[in-house]
Amino acid sequence: MISAPDVVAFTREEELEDELCSEPPLPEEYSVPLFPFASHGANPWAKVASSKFTRDFILISEFSEQVGPQPLLTIPDDAKVSGTFDLNYFSLRIMSVDYQASFVGHPPGSAYPKLNFVEDSKVVLGDSKEGAFAYVHHLTLYDLEARGFVRPFCMAYISADEHKIMQQFQELSAEFSKASECLKTGNRKAFANELEKKLKDLDYTRTVLHNETEIQKKANDKGYYTTQAIEKANELASVEKSIIEHQDLLKQIRSYPYRKLKGSDFHPYEPECALDQANVGCDQDLATSDLAEPGETHLYAHVPSYTPKLIKAKSAKCFDKKLKTLEELCDIYFFTQTLDQLHQIERTFRGDVCYLLTDQISRALLKQQSVTNFLFEDVSFLDEKTSEKRHRGCQGFSQDAVDRKGSEESPAPKVVISLGSYKSSVECVPIKMEQEIEDSQEPKMTESVTFEHQENLDYLDADIKGSISSGESIEVLGTEKSASGLTKSESQASLPVSPSPQAGRSKVGSRRTVSEDSIEVLSTCPSESLIPEDFKASYPSAINEEPYMDDEEGGLRFTPRLNPDNADEQEDISKQENLVQVDSACCIGKESPSFLEPLPDLGQKPCDEDGVVRIPPQPYRQVEPGLRGSFGGFPSHDGVSGGLLPYELDSRYLAGSREVSKNSLDECSDSTSYISSAASTCSDRTPSPAHPACQAAERHKKKAGQNALRFIRQYPFAHPAIYSLLSGRTLIVLGEEEAIVKKLVTALSIFVPNCGVYAKPVKHWVTSPLHVVDFQKWKLIGLQRTVSPGGVNVLHALSRYSRYVSILDADSKTLRCPLYKGTLVSRLADHRTQIKRGSTYYMHVQSILTQLCSKAFLFTFCHHLHLPISEREPEESVVNRRMNFLKLQLGLANEDVKIVQYLAELLKLQYIQEPGQGVNPLLRFDYVPSFLYKI
Amino acid sequence: KSSVQTIGEEQIQNPYTELLVLKGHQDIVRFLVQIDDCRFASAGDDGIIFLWNAQTGDKLFELHGHTHKITAIAPFSSSDASEEKNNLILTASADRTVIVWDCTSGRQVQKVSCFHSTVKCLTVLQRLDVWLSGGSDLCVWNRKLDLLCKTSHLTDAGISALVELPKNCVAAAVGKELIIFRLIPSNDESEGWSVLEVKCLVDHQDNILSLVSVNDLTFVTGSHMGELIVWDALDWTKQASECNFWDSSVHPDVQPEIKLSQSPNETSVQHLTSDEECVFAAVGKGIYVYNLQMKRVIACQRTAHDSSVLHIEKLPNRQLISCSEDGSVRIWELREKQQLPAEPVPTGFFNMWGFGRANKQANQAAKKMQENTPVYFLELVGDLIGHSSAVQMFLYFGELGLATCSADHLIILWKDGERESRLRSLTLFQKLAQNGDLQPKF
Repeated sequence: MISAPDVVAFTREEELEDELCSEPPLPEEYSVPLFPFASHGANPWAKVASSKFTRDFILISEFSEQVGPQPLLTIPDDAKVSGTFDLNYFSLRIMSVDYQASFVGHPPGSAYPKLNFVEDSKVVLGDSKEGAFAYVHHLTLYDLEARGFVRPFCMAYISADEHKIMQQFQELSAEFSKASECLKTGNRKAFANELEKKLKDLDYTRTVLHNETEIQKKANDKGYYTTQAIEKANELASVEKSIIEHQDLLKQIRSYPYRKLKGSDFHPYEPECALDQANVGCDQDLATSDLAEPGETHLYAHVPSYTPKLIKAKSAKCFDKKLKTLEELCDIYFFTQTLDQLHQIERTFRGDVCYLLTDQISRALLKQQSVTNFLFEDVSFLDEKTSEKRHRGCQGFSQDAVDRKGSEESPAPKVVISLGSYKSSVECVPIKMEQEIEDSQEPKMTESVTFEHQENLDYLDADIKGSISSGESIEVLGTEKSASGLTKSESQASLPVSPSPQAGRSKVGSRRTVSEDSIEVLSTCPSESLIPEDFKASYPSAINEEPYMDDEEGGLRFTPRLNPDNADEQEDISKQENLVQVDSACCIGKESPSFLEPLPDLGQKPCDEDGVVRIPPQPYRQVEPGLRGSFGGFPSHDGVSGGLLPYELDSRYLAGSREVSKNSLDECSDSTSYISSAASTCSDRTPSPAHPACQAAERHKKKAGQNALRFIRQYPFAHPAIYSLLSGRTLIVLGEEEAIVKKLVTALSIFVPNCGVYAKPVKHWVTSPLHVVDFQKWKLIGLQRTVSPGGVNVLHALSRYSRYVSILDADSKTLRCPLYKGTLVSRLADHRTQIKRGSTYYMHVQSILTQLCSKAFLFTFCHHLHLPISEREPEESVVNRRMNFLKLQLGLANEDVKIVQYLAELLKLQYIQEPGQGVNPLLRFDYVPSFLYKI
Repeated sequence: KSSVQTIGEEQIQNPYTELLVLKGHQDIVRFLVQIDDCRFASAGDDGIIFLWNAQTGDKLFELHGHTHKITAIAPFSSSDASEEKNNLILTASADRTVIVWDCTSGRQVQKVSCFHSTVKCLTVLQRLDVWLSGGSDLCVWNRKLDLLCKTSHLTDAGISALVELPKNCVAAAVGKELIIFRLIPSNDESEGWSVLEVKCLVDHQDNILSLVSVNDLTFVTGSHMGELIVWDALDWTKQASECNFWDSSVHPDVQPEIKLSQSPNETSVQHLTSDEECVFAAVGKGIYVYNLQMKRVIACQRTAHDSSVLHIEKLPNRQLISCSEDGSVRIWELREKQQLPAEPVPTGFFNMWGFGRANKQANQAAKKMQENTPVYFLELVGDLIGHSSAVQMFLYFGELGLATCSADHLIILWKDGERESRLRSLTLFQKLAQNGDLQPKF
């Protein structure tokens, strides 16, 4: 993890409150610059008075055709979370913001009702009265009994922190899209099922009616039709019509995924595989078989249990019938999956936005170091795909919920079996042409949320285009009656629909509302007034660049270009401007293209530099995709400036997020306690995919950090022990009590370099005698000491293989290992360190280890250090050069050389490893004498 | 306290600083045989033969065919220069079959199952392009696996070792006897051979365990009782013999009870190897160096290991490697002790290092002779500990390293860490160049 060690520690620690008071102040280099404009002593994380809820939550609401907007459920499902927050009121707000003007039912000129496959819309909305800001994701589910067959729903992520919503818009949008896609997939299945049942009913009804008509015909030979007979005939006709309509609907719903597939890279949401599904235990077997069935051929064959009912001509009154619940609307399996995903989203976005951003930045940076990051990082968290692969690899214990969820998270880009069934109904006519065209243009947002540069661009494109041409809109509504000192801006006039007229900066948005879809950015920020009039003027000019920039890159890219005469001025006022910029940026959020990294060619323009500097903290975007393939990227200049910017803007950044309440701290502690049970069992570090484990890993890190801190304070010989681990010599922790040994192993595990992308070579507890194979596999082993005869064998084996291992005796507190005289470890593990908290120490360790990694990288990839420059150069001179480099250039002393050499060896092995086949695990060792250390 | 010399953890001269464990066998691995520069085969009691890459440790093939344990294995490469080099191996098993395997395809070429008893040894006579199988009788086969001729039933115990001698002769160890056979091409047919027992040598008092050919003129046998006999390869006469050269009773310092406690196992000649000058004998727990010119033991390490030495090999660089039932492999170096002729040899020193030189015979004449000859001793330069059970055999691959096989079902490849690291760097930069990553991209 590359991050400033203590910045984040403030925000994510359970014992924060009491510890803050009791602890001595942090050393200067770790201290966080305070929010410059807060009055003295003010806590930048002070709770915002207006918010009525204690932490972020997700709200699912429905616009019921019977009762209007109503909240359905919240995640977490806890009354305490929403507190006094008026869910009903807020549901009304979010449901009324927009709804896709989707027309359903009988379109003019069409004989049959058409389903409208509408895109989800994503809206940001603020309500200062409630102190709530929300990302609102609208979606439509199909219900045969509903009016127009559709039921509007929305999922909202509600937070007290506006900046969080704005800055995490992309991520939220991507995550919610996934959840929505899951829900809708389930819904389509359920809807198709429902249609089939209905068709059966109708078919049955028709037969019955037909028979009755026949009977009547026979009974009645008078030559004219009775009223009953006419009625029956009418009824029959309407049933016939209804059958055709429903068949058509069924075709439409079935054709959906195929239509989507024709679009760019849409992958229908599908569960992992049939086997997995079966194991889930939910009753979705029906759905699976449904999928596998070739759609048209056997419509009813696979629901043999269903007995058709007679359908009465008059259905029940609209208000009498009970509408289906959300759960009934979509397949139960998908419903639970969606809930899992939403829970996951809630967990992911919990806490301070500062934390989220730091995390994202360090992830992005780590991901770039594709050559070295496996050494000390859990790469699986960086790369969802890897984790998925791993997940598949270890199917052995994949039946638990976590794994299921994990596989859920990473959308598998693969063709699913069921496609065949959908394709079988290809003949179905595309339903809504213009919509479809847009579909194909618009990359779907169900992709992975990870920090893939390319994908992010796609998202941006998608958003922007969507907002211009499709039914999507991005709105920021504010109702706060603030900013009284605001000067009248010329933009005000141009604001077409604006409930609160004081939004100065909404120019950006208003310019873009050329289509009927609107992006309304209504600011509530009081600092508005600080923007000088002239400077504001520079915005529209930038906006004007849009169209042709758009053409240039295919995506919307705009460079904030200042008027030349404004440039100087801008320098002068840069300070003020910077202050403001945060807020304004937050409001226009991700859709503002100025947050894109300038392209390499654009990057040469000086004005771009300005543009970059004015970027408020943003999730770091990778600049050059070309780099990634090769060395894992030396960040280019642009990358550096963009990536490090958040740090530079730290204080302002914190200022920006001042609305985060102290409550969010409580949330954090909640979050950690929530997963504590998982963490305590995660000692075995079974590879677990993606996010759920991520939390556990977080917890594990903290615990490990705490234990490590304790270890280096308690044991004066911590240095040689850590040196053993770093130089690849297996360290055995020997002890009678499992708990103590495991604790030590956990503590020391943070120093163990990984040998590959797989789990750390750490074995927490072993009771049988060790063998040479074990030293090949494990670099840190907890070993049981027993007095039984078996124990003698264990010790015998240990003494036999003593040359390969260092032995830390937890009972007698001794260490037997080679001498260490280097300097590196003392920086890593200073027993007088001022660091108090586990996670802080963990980050400290990570940052030093990252440094070490870069040294190892440099050493590994310097050609002339390993190979002769000329043909005739003797091997000795290469060796000399190598040692000189290690000692002089890298400044390594004594045994530190061996650490870097070992890491370099791991890097080499990893790099030359052929994909597909694993490396033969090898054991490297030195013939060096060991010494016994005692306390 | 064990009298075995130990070296400690600091082994500057030991080049093997990297190991690779090769797993695959399910039972004791007894045989390793080199196929070519970088491949070797392993076989053992599980009846499976594995082919390995000695550089990477990759498992190349897994050959199944035998139902019982393997009793003998021999490489059988084609002598024809014209056809492409195809490497075959012969394996004999307790299921009374011999199978010929193709090492390039990993397939079974042919199987012979007409044996009356287990074949215990296999020898390829490259010169004649035939191979011999020794069990209760001796059979001669050609490359196409046609039985050319065979001897009558010899004993139930059968032939335990075979060695090729000049003039189309082979020496076979049958129990205590050493029988010389001669292969005679038959006159009428071109392909026909007949085998004839030429001589039976009964000089050994106990079963002959090891048989090795030193050069065209001499070969050496060693017995279970500890007799070592040097034979003339042409007329099969005894050139020299050491009956009890390890016998400590001749030495005045040694206590009588030690002599009594010596079991035959401790004196049996387990394995013999030789270079042009010397024969190296693994006798019990010790290693002895017997000089053919001087006809005496010039250096020895009486307790080189904690238990029986199973295999020894002489390396080109005056080094000797031994492996033992105690699970360790040790590297020795034969060193010359510089000494002034006038200076008397300190007995204490030779007790430890140069026992053979000083104490073999206490007579004055011998001592005088020794004073102007160099004194040798075996110095331990390194040991390899990895196996948890008896190390059955090893194979020295030069700079590629050393492969050891053991009763713990494992094969370990010991490698020079420095060299491997260099090779990996080379591969790395090759791969970089291949991927085009060396070109700047920005």
